[in-house]
Amino acid sequence: MTQAPSNAPYGLMAEFDNPTALVAAARAARAQGYHKLDAYSPFAIEELSDALDLHKNRLPLIVLVGGIVGGLTGFLLQCYITIWDFPINVGGRPLYSWPAYIIITFELTILFGALSAVLGLLALCGLPMPYHPVFNVPRFATASRNRFFLCIEAADPLFDAEKTTRFLETLQPKEVSEVAH
Amino acid sequence: MADQPEVVERPAGQEIIAPGYTFGTVTDQIAAVVLTRRTPLFWFACFAAGTGLLMLFLLSVTVLLAKGVGVWGIRSPVMWGFAITNFVWWIGIGHAGTLISAILLLLNQRWRNSINRFAEAMTLFAVACAGMFPLLHLGRPWLFYWLFPYPNTMNVQPQFRSPLVWDVFAVSTYATVSLLFWYVGLMPDLATLRDRARNRFGQIAYGVMAMGWRGSARHWSVYETASLLLAGLATPLVLSVHTVVSFDFTIAIVPGWHSTFFPPYFVAGAIYSGFAMVLALAIPLRAVYGLQGLITDKHLENSAKLMLATGLIVGYAYLLETFMAWYSGDPFEQAAFWNRMTGPYAVCYWSLLTCNILAPQALWFKRIRTSPVLLFISSIVVLIGMWLERYMIIVSSLAQDYLPSSWNLFHATRWDWFTYVGTIGLFMFLFFLFIRLLPMISIFEVRTLLPSAKVEREEVRG
Repeated sequence: MTQAPSNAPYGLMAEFDNPTALVAAARAARAQGYHKLDAYSPFAIEELSDALDLHKNRLPLIVLVGGIVGGLTGFLLQCYITIWDFPINVGGRPLYSWPAYIIITFELTILFGALSAVLGLLALCGLPMPYHPVFNVPRFATASRNRFFLCIEAADPLFDAEKTTRFLETLQPKEVSEVAH
Repeated sequence: MADQPEVVERPAGQEIIAPGYTFGTVTDQIAAVVLTRRTPLFWFACFAAGTGLLMLFLLSVTVLLAKGVGVWGIRSPVMWGFAITNFVWWIGIGHAGTLISAILLLLNQRWRNSINRFAEAMTLFAVACAGMFPLLHLGRPWLFYWLFPYPNTMNVQPQFRSPLVWDVFAVSTYATVSLLFWYVGLMPDLATLRDRARNRFGQIAYGVMAMGWRGSARHWSVYETASLLLAGLATPLVLSVHTVVSFDFTIAIVPGWHSTFFPPYFVAGAIYSGFAMVLALAIPLRAVYGLQGLITDKHLENSAKLMLATGLIVGYAYLLETFMAWYSGDPFEQAAFWNRMTGPYAVCYWSLLTCNILAPQALWFKRIRTSPVLLFISSIVVLIGMWLERYMIIVSSLAQDYLPSSWNLFHATRWDWFTYVGTIGLFMFLFFLFIRLLPMISIFEVRTLLPSAKVEREEVRG
């Protein structure tokens, strides 16, 4: 969110009715020099991620760390319990019996990896977020059905209510609307 | 001001989605089942049947807790009886859901997009039903947490070298990961329902569950990564779960159990019965809700082909199992198989061969694969066959092991049957609740199947 006074808008939003137009609009906006912008669509569009340079994220790293922590937890927990905390001597067999630990180590690797994938997804998306200014646009309800939106935020240094509106109009949108805070 | 909903039903096609759909119509048709459409009589009938059987389950559990596990037919030496048979059967059914949602996603099989949601729900509820049996079989289910390692005043810990403890970790991880995967898959659709819901309660309930999802490109890019990572984690997991379940048998030295090929044999059997359940659910659902345009004949045919393929692997396993028993030269192993074929459980053995090996050969014919009624019947036959397989493996091996003096046959009591049928009620209850409250087909993934979802290259450059 911006530091702008409360009557200033959050941004300007253009509506499109197909993914091709949205991707073209996103590219045009980036070419125009706008950087604080976001696109909204009812499904993932790979070209859109290209247009907005969104291909890199830290989720794989988070999951890798989660998985390693899970695996270590599983293995070390079993070592600790079977060797020190509750050793059971079965006919002199070794207490440190690592082959038997593999399965639980594997399961905890997957469990921690999956949990960190979901928590990481929520954290990187900033969810749960019950309120967001884009929901103030009545037509935005169709973003989860069949409409595609491009929003240029007021926080962008190039943002100027009139000029940006004029720019968005050139992209042949269905409608351009102001997003209130 | 959202557009007015337009529900258009399309006839079944040969493709993975019938022609003529738009983003709007697929959204509305799937959302209408939950939001606007009148609940069909079929739903009430199934939900009532499920609730009735669920009551039977609660009654059986009450009797079981009041009197003890002796109300079941488990007597020495067959101490596993129905409980473990049903556990293995249910957890196997769950496997097809994860296969569809994870493995077929990684293999880029786009036809999975319209069947993955309810198949995943099936997984979740099948695992819930499966979990009931080992829990109740404990005898004192309220002490189930003794299975987990935690600091306690008794100063005892689980035996980590036992496959039964591995099972606890495998099944609880499987249940958790399936739930997470299912929920992540639901998020964008929950946002759709939030935006489409007409009443305040629906808006708030779906809104809370959607967590503020707004379909931002930033979200989608992380979301796609998360789906792939979860699929990558779920793939080895699903293969490991039935492997670990099979370790419950193979690590023991009981004749008929102690063999190294149980893991692949069990996994194939699991996917086999799971696809049978997917078909048994999809065929009536698409007819009742007019979803033939989304769950097309192509989906049924592909599922039938997978069922046939896994069925053939299971058939190969039966063959190999018998051959290895003979080839091993171990008289106990040979006796165990001879007993299966000619002993007191011979009827069970030959009927499972008929159900699992002979009957599915009909699926070689395209006419049968494309006839929903015949496909439904063959999937029920497979479900029965797979239950008989588990029953035969568990009961016949335990009833007649090394010492003839300890032999004893298993006789299921009515409480065995009531508990088993009761979990079918639990499954139906949960599944039809899901059908009524959540979108049974993944809306956002079906949108990507539409031709209009493709970004046209020319226009982009222009």
